[in-house]
Amino acid sequence: MMGSLPPFVPFFVAAALVPALGGRVRAAVLVALPVLGAVNLFHLSDGVLWQLSFLDNALEPVRVDRLSRLFGYLFHIAALLGIVFSLHLRDRFEIAAGLVYAGSALGAVFAGDLITLFVFWELMAVSSVCLIWARRTGRAAGAGLRYLVVQVLSGVLLLGGAAAHLLETGTLAFTYIGLGGVAGWLIFIAFGIKCAFPFLHNWLTDAYPEATPTGTVFLCAFTTKVAVYALARGFPGTEMLVYIGAAMTCFPIFYAVIENDLRRVLAYSMINQIGFMVCGIGIGTELAVNGAVAHAFNDVIFKGLLMMSMGAVLHMTGRINGSDLGGLYKSMPITTGLCIVGAASISAFPLFSGFVSKSMVMSAALAEGHHWVWPALLFASAGVFHHAGIKIPFFAFFAHDSGIRTTEPPANMLVAMGLAACLCVLIGCYPRLLYDLLPFATDYTAYDATHVLAQLQILFFSALAFVWLKLTGLYPPELPSVNLDAEWAYRRLGWRAALGARSGARAVYAGFGSARVRIGRGVGEWARRSFGPSGRLGEAWDTSRMAIVMIVVLCVFLLSI
Amino acid sequence: MHERKHFFDDPRNVKKVLRVFYVICALLLLADVVVHRHVVHAWEGVWGFYAGYGFVACVLLVLIAKEMRKLLMRREDYYDDDG
Repeated sequence: MMGSLPPFVPFFVAAALVPALGGRVRAAVLVALPVLGAVNLFHLSDGVLWQLSFLDNALEPVRVDRLSRLFGYLFHIAALLGIVFSLHLRDRFEIAAGLVYAGSALGAVFAGDLITLFVFWELMAVSSVCLIWARRTGRAAGAGLRYLVVQVLSGVLLLGGAAAHLLETGTLAFTYIGLGGVAGWLIFIAFGIKCAFPFLHNWLTDAYPEATPTGTVFLCAFTTKVAVYALARGFPGTEMLVYIGAAMTCFPIFYAVIENDLRRVLAYSMINQIGFMVCGIGIGTELAVNGAVAHAFNDVIFKGLLMMSMGAVLHMTGRINGSDLGGLYKSMPITTGLCIVGAASISAFPLFSGFVSKSMVMSAALAEGHHWVWPALLFASAGVFHHAGIKIPFFAFFAHDSGIRTTEPPANMLVAMGLAACLCVLIGCYPRLLYDLLPFATDYTAYDATHVLAQLQILFFSALAFVWLKLTGLYPPELPSVNLDAEWAYRRLGWRAALGARSGARAVYAGFGSARVRIGRGVGEWARRSFGPSGRLGEAWDTSRMAIVMIVVLCVFLLSI
Repeated sequence: MHERKHFFDDPRNVKKVLRVFYVICALLLLADVVVHRHVVHAWEGVWGFYAGYGFVACVLLVLIAKEMRKLLMRREDYYDDDG
């Protein structure tokens, strides 16, 4: 029987069962789930596992090839890390949401057609927002809502793109799409939103740091990596991606330097890492796409490790701002060590995982003659060490002693971090393990004297810059603050415009007769309920309804052909 | 104080670590003379290019980011009053 299950099924079944189980049984089922899931995936053979007909169009809800299989394994690893990290949780709602989310991500990467992709795309949005709301704070509620609106919007664009794609090409199959027509652009923007393209990126930096300490570990593994997968399948070799990717590697690191919330620093640094992947996909050669995909694989593990270490700090101290932390190495030495392994990996130190994949993208950029993109990537490489490699461990665990004394986090958290750290070192030392899984066969070797020396020089002299800036007092202190970003357009400008429109409308209504005033009040009340601080849920449901309306429209459209 | 002294509580230890770090930096720079690298980008051929680029990139990064604060930094509760 094993070997014939679609990869997402075990996760959905477990999500339904787990809330009913308790104690050790639940823990055992949870840990066994991703392991058995990976065995199931191992036994799945390449090709279309399951085919349906949807109004005369062939759908392939489960299709397996090298690219989807790699992401499949990756998501099982990510699920295992996330599950072990959150084994101490009592919140069944959050556990179930995490499982549905992981299952949906698996569903998305094995989707052979755009409709199936859309369904899992939206399931991911709805299940992942629960991980943000599970924090149960006012800020998390607001951030979750904004997150959901953006995610659902991406889904609606995807569905619109799928319909246009069907019109243009007569097929719903999810293969190479390209920017040839309207459909291509709609789908490109849908993917771009989830990939956190510049100006579309703030949902990530807004919402991820507001999720629960455990939820963020799930969040940072799936959504953006599904988007990277989707770009790699639909848009490899699209030149615009080279420049978008290069911009993504560079601009977030400035924000990361001045950001105080350390999980938000990691969120910015995530955009920076995705930039390398997007750039690789844009270059489009076998080496570049291999590098992009390999970097996605490594990023899930080392970014997961860093998020876990910051989650552990938040869990134990209740604080996450750089300005409040410091000196924790004294009471959390193991967490400190594991965080440093993650920091070394994201900074691409030789013998750690980031090095063996990032260098592929860099080499590909040079080989394809992108002589002005390469210096940008190199700048970003130095910058990532600065803000993620040094800043995160330094301000959390060293710097000035904040006086906080705590203990190591629960054992399950340490085990999850330990597992991730082992994987970082294992892949860094034996990159063949990863290279053999890549979509294109490769004989690439990261470890030659040129690469290793160049990388060591860049890293050590970046660190030297940090030491110099710190010793001379030029380094900006961590300050409790908010930094304006593209989100200002909707969080402040758009919001103020809506408020202004409301009060303007009220003034107009006040001029009418009493009956009309009542109607006006009703409308005003409705507007307040729908758009007011307590009623913004309504806004999100409206967008979901929009998605449903779109499905109905699509069905009518398909029927009429 | 009852708490035992930790490694970095002693400024001499910090100095020691930094000194080792400076020596490694110097050795890496010297390695540029010894190791023959294959060059693709014209800049790579310049002596000490990677070291210099890393240092300058990070100093610029931090100083520009610091200036950005003047323009972009707001109170921590900036968005909170909007509900």
